[in-house]
Amino acid sequence: MSVTGRKLQPTLFELSGPGRAAGRRIPVPPADALDRLPAEALRTEPPALPEIDEASLVRHYVNLSQLNWGVDTGFYPLGSCTMKYNPKVNEWAARLPGFAGLHPLAPDETAQGTLELLWELEQDLAEISGMDAVTLQPAAGAQGELTGILVVRAYHRARGDLERTEVLIPDSAHGTNPATASMAGFRTVNIPSAADGGVDLEAFRAALGPRTAAIMITNPSTLGLFERRIVELIELVHAAGALAYMDGANLNAILGRYRPGEAGFDVMHFNVHKTFSTPHGGGGPGAGPVGVRALLIPFLPAPRVLREPDGTFRLERPGERPASIGRVRGHVGNAGILVRAWAYIRAHGADGLREVSDDAVLAANYLRFRLEADGTWEIPYPGPCAHEFIASGAGLKRATGVRTLDVAKRLIDKGYHPPTIYFPHTVDEAMLIEPTETERVETLDAFADALVEIAREAHETPELVTSAPHTAPVRRLDEATAARQPNLRWRPAAPVAPSQAG
Amino acid sequence: MVYGPHTPDDRSRMLAALGIGSVDELFAVIPPGVRARPMHLPPGLTELELMARLRTLAGHNRVDLASFLGAGVYRHHLPPVVDQILLRGEFYTAYTPYQPEISQGTLQTIYEYQSLLAELTGLDVVSASHYDGATATAEAALMTCRATRRDRVLVSRGIHPQSRQTLATYFAGANLAFDEVPLVADGPAAGTTDLAALARLLDDPARPVAGVVAGQPNFLGLLEPMPEIGRLAHAAGALFVAVVEPVSLAVLAPPGAYEADIAAGEGQPLGIPPQYGGPYLGILACRESLLRQIPGRLIGMTSDADGRRAYVMTMRAREQDIRRERAASNICTNQALCALAAAVYVAALGPGGLGDVAATGAARAAELAAALADSGAPRLHPGPYLNEFAIRVPDAVAVHRRLLHRGILAGIPLAELEPGDPSLADGLLVCATECTTAEEIELFAWALRDELGVRTGVPVAVSGEARR
Repeated sequence: MSVTGRKLQPTLFELSGPGRAAGRRIPVPPADALDRLPAEALRTEPPALPEIDEASLVRHYVNLSQLNWGVDTGFYPLGSCTMKYNPKVNEWAARLPGFAGLHPLAPDETAQGTLELLWELEQDLAEISGMDAVTLQPAAGAQGELTGILVVRAYHRARGDLERTEVLIPDSAHGTNPATASMAGFRTVNIPSAADGGVDLEAFRAALGPRTAAIMITNPSTLGLFERRIVELIELVHAAGALAYMDGANLNAILGRYRPGEAGFDVMHFNVHKTFSTPHGGGGPGAGPVGVRALLIPFLPAPRVLREPDGTFRLERPGERPASIGRVRGHVGNAGILVRAWAYIRAHGADGLREVSDDAVLAANYLRFRLEADGTWEIPYPGPCAHEFIASGAGLKRATGVRTLDVAKRLIDKGYHPPTIYFPHTVDEAMLIEPTETERVETLDAFADALVEIAREAHETPELVTSAPHTAPVRRLDEATAARQPNLRWRPAAPVAPSQAG
Repeated sequence: MVYGPHTPDDRSRMLAALGIGSVDELFAVIPPGVRARPMHLPPGLTELELMARLRTLAGHNRVDLASFLGAGVYRHHLPPVVDQILLRGEFYTAYTPYQPEISQGTLQTIYEYQSLLAELTGLDVVSASHYDGATATAEAALMTCRATRRDRVLVSRGIHPQSRQTLATYFAGANLAFDEVPLVADGPAAGTTDLAALARLLDDPARPVAGVVAGQPNFLGLLEPMPEIGRLAHAAGALFVAVVEPVSLAVLAPPGAYEADIAAGEGQPLGIPPQYGGPYLGILACRESLLRQIPGRLIGMTSDADGRRAYVMTMRAREQDIRRERAASNICTNQALCALAAAVYVAALGPGGLGDVAATGAARAAELAAALADSGAPRLHPGPYLNEFAIRVPDAVAVHRRLLHRGILAGIPLAELEPGDPSLADGLLVCATECTTAEEIELFAWALRDELGVRTGVPVAVSGEARR
């Protein structure tokens, strides 16, 4: 059993019919409302948007939603994405009219509630990470990375150190890390992993030098391993005059156990849609706050949220912190998402957050143990993992021809969202499995059983696996044609009048 | 309050299976010297306490004012159907549709979003979403540099200051250059992009221009001569980026009609609440020839193994998880749920309804302009506008403050948005939408007349009734 729905839907455009549009939502405007505008600035014809009654529209979307798998549907062990349960009180909170209705350019004195909440969230994230200050502006983890690396760039430049043009990145990193380095004007130097999955120290030493601006390390790594040589790595980075950036994608493994700022990292980003349970939204919105140590505060993007001596709050004024890298987006940040993150942190407190990571790591290790004990799946890095771990289907593929992709599709039939597959790129036929702390032991057991059963199926009836999924609303897709002849928008089949002059 | 399901027995069972006595052993790999000291956070709250605190904080925001504040973010009627669809758990608790067989809901809704925005912009390729209007504008400018292999962009000062600042940050990182095109200082075209200055800036053989970025309407609310700007850009071999407000596209000529190569914009007006700055929706669209330069996700229609119509993420070779340091952008998580909101909003209104929203805003804005002019605050610029305009108010910042104390959010002082521009120092940027009532306009006009009258020593009777 996969998703609950089976009813594929026509497009909105096919549901449309002239005059079917839902009833009046706003009063009729005066007929001459646009007469004062120059004719050449106006459309010659209205856009060809669909006209649909509200009941049909709702059924369209409800049926579409049932073609989707979410955390609310079932287990979603998508490694590196931390698909934990999204508490419903947080959705309620973000929709409070006082939060949702507040204009981002409203004068500070009319925005005290949100400003106080954001200021408290900055303090909380700083405490959680051991950093000295936090900006909430970045819209997503990748934008947090860009912000952090631009801060690094500004720091070196402010010291007149213009020769640092390289960023060192382990080969197991998310693709966003090297893409970020490029956007910030740096060259990426890839550092290979050692046999134990950690950074290869010799290769790292060889790459480190006067051209190094920073190292970007995901800790724990995308292999689900805490970086054993982290103390030495950071010391070497600092001795070379470079800075240490921590990709906080895997913060859910270390809450209350390891505080990157306290441990020597200079800058990091948080993915609040991972660690702090703001919903993933089908691909965003999230938020990617950035924490820094004191030496980098001058360069943080503007505006920050400040508390005045009288206990009121305000946004920084333009130019107030001249060394700032500037603005990385409009306004103060994804405040509506940050309300949810604040609610999650305040619901937990310090003990609750530590319990989150303890349970996430315990669950991952339990699931790893179940698979390791069975012996069907290779676990390339045995021993304790962090909040996620790698299983490899390389042996299964050699023995049966069944690929990890097939296994993933077969998991859909068994009622699971597949793990992340073929990432990190450093492991053959990789599955990156992250159960999170919000799944029952029974679910972990059943998932392990399903993986073992699929391996048996791969030996006995491989075509059952290679042709999966069988219970999803659609079978495997023709991705090659999608890329070769892209169809990126609806076009009516019948000839219609052009939708605008041109 | 914690949300995990584990009982002490569950934990014991897992620990026993692992053959360890305490979860601490799983963290033994962290070197002792860098283990965390205890975190100091307020104690965890029960759901009851949490909701009480949140209600209190939300109550400290003032959202009861008669507001004329826009400047890129607009208060619109939100049909309740939009939020009820957003609250479907299958939509909002899913992630990026990596497994298309169980993600057809997300995939089709984004394909439909792309199609709706293609209709509105008149451009065929629409990205699945960007963070907001400012970042979409910056990404559009970066696209022009990649496509033309030139490294300098011209940006009209009619582009929202925050978008220009964001573009500056992105360009500094990429080691690219941009120059600002001034606005006409006076006369009938005052406040719009200075075409003569644009022509001069384009005419520099040593510094060829990749793209020209202009807004319609511009951030002062004025309509720009977009076809002329596009012609000048194209004559110099540059691409033309139109920064648009999506509701206005129901009635204004779309970017595709005036030969824009790329459109960018803030999608917040399409069914997304103001919520103090985000999450919003970055709109980014381009003509088909630029398909390989557009950053971010794209959803395509295809078929499954049985020939059924189905949808999938496509053209993935541009993206960071495949191309790493050679990707078009580092964008990964974007604003998919906000794109869903925009699609439901547009579909719920239909073409007539969206046009009514735009036309009603224009009608209310004309009423507002007339009433404020009667109160002694004429428009700062003479040219045509849709639903937003600047008025001239002596000592604008102080008047804005005093009006706030009367329960009126009188737009925004332009001196706060553009502190360096003396021609805007006396300006208040105000807007109207279909939510603006005749009573609010009357209140604003009356209070403004009172303020200006008091300043000039003309006594004006103050009726308690008119105060809120």
